[in-house]
Amino acid sequence: MAVDSFKYLPRSFRPGFESVGYQHDEPAWTTLETPIEEATIALLSSAGIYIEGQQQPFDLDRERANPNWGDPTYRVIPRDVPQERVRVAHLHINGRDIERDINVALPLRAFAELESEGRIGRLADEHYSFMGFQHRSLADWRGTQIPELAGRLKEAGVSALVLAPA
Amino acid sequence: MPVLAREIELTGIPTVTVTMVPFIAERFRLSRIVGVQFPFGHAFGMPDDPTMQRAVSEAAVRLLETATEPETRLDMEIAWPIDDRTTYRDWQPTEPSPSTKLNLERRQRLEEQRAGRAG
Repeated sequence: MAVDSFKYLPRSFRPGFESVGYQHDEPAWTTLETPIEEATIALLSSAGIYIEGQQQPFDLDRERANPNWGDPTYRVIPRDVPQERVRVAHLHINGRDIERDINVALPLRAFAELESEGRIGRLADEHYSFMGFQHRSLADWRGTQIPELAGRLKEAGVSALVLAPA
Repeated sequence: MPVLAREIELTGIPTVTVTMVPFIAERFRLSRIVGVQFPFGHAFGMPDDPTMQRAVSEAAVRLLETATEPETRLDMEIAWPIDDRTTYRDWQPTEPSPSTKLNLERRQRLEEQRAGRAG
């Protein structure tokens, strides 16, 4: 079945989404050089996940005061994060299901199974949470967070990254 | 989010994006795209449904393994098991997002201006 990208989108958002044209002349591409059975995989969600008691929530008050701003920072989520500490700070989605089961946005359980079955080499020790739905702060992302994250991924020997927009 | 995927890919790390809006991922010309017809916030499926989450995860791995060229898209054949109206209601934030509020205010101002001109 072909996925309908607009099925659950508010009707008022649809014209804006549909009018997005091609943003780049060239596609992005890096070949996975490591065989998948040896690859280290990390996961990234933009659902605004953070760990209660250990990490600051994303800054929602500032976004409420200035809707043209979004918190550009990210949180590191260890693969063994306790579910009861998982919280969501995000003004554009309802985080209730993620607070019940993080795997709907960051499938740590499924990838741990794939690791134990030898389908992938390894699930990385740390994973990443951003707060998406922002058209702002992208200069921050490009200048600060993305280069930092890329450095972390390389240092951790990550072969590929699985991203899930919220 | 497509910006993150693209920029990370360009640093030399292969990526796969699992998304409810593959249309936008294609517009950013991402490398590997798994499309899911799920509500926002649920890229890997229903809570407490390891089978569904595993199926989507496997598709992401398969695409990493088999895609040989950019803009490879695979759409999942999984229907969301809850009716559309409930699903739509349940993914919404508990308060209207600031940008939604702003849009509503803009629309209201426009309507007021139109009404003023008409009057």
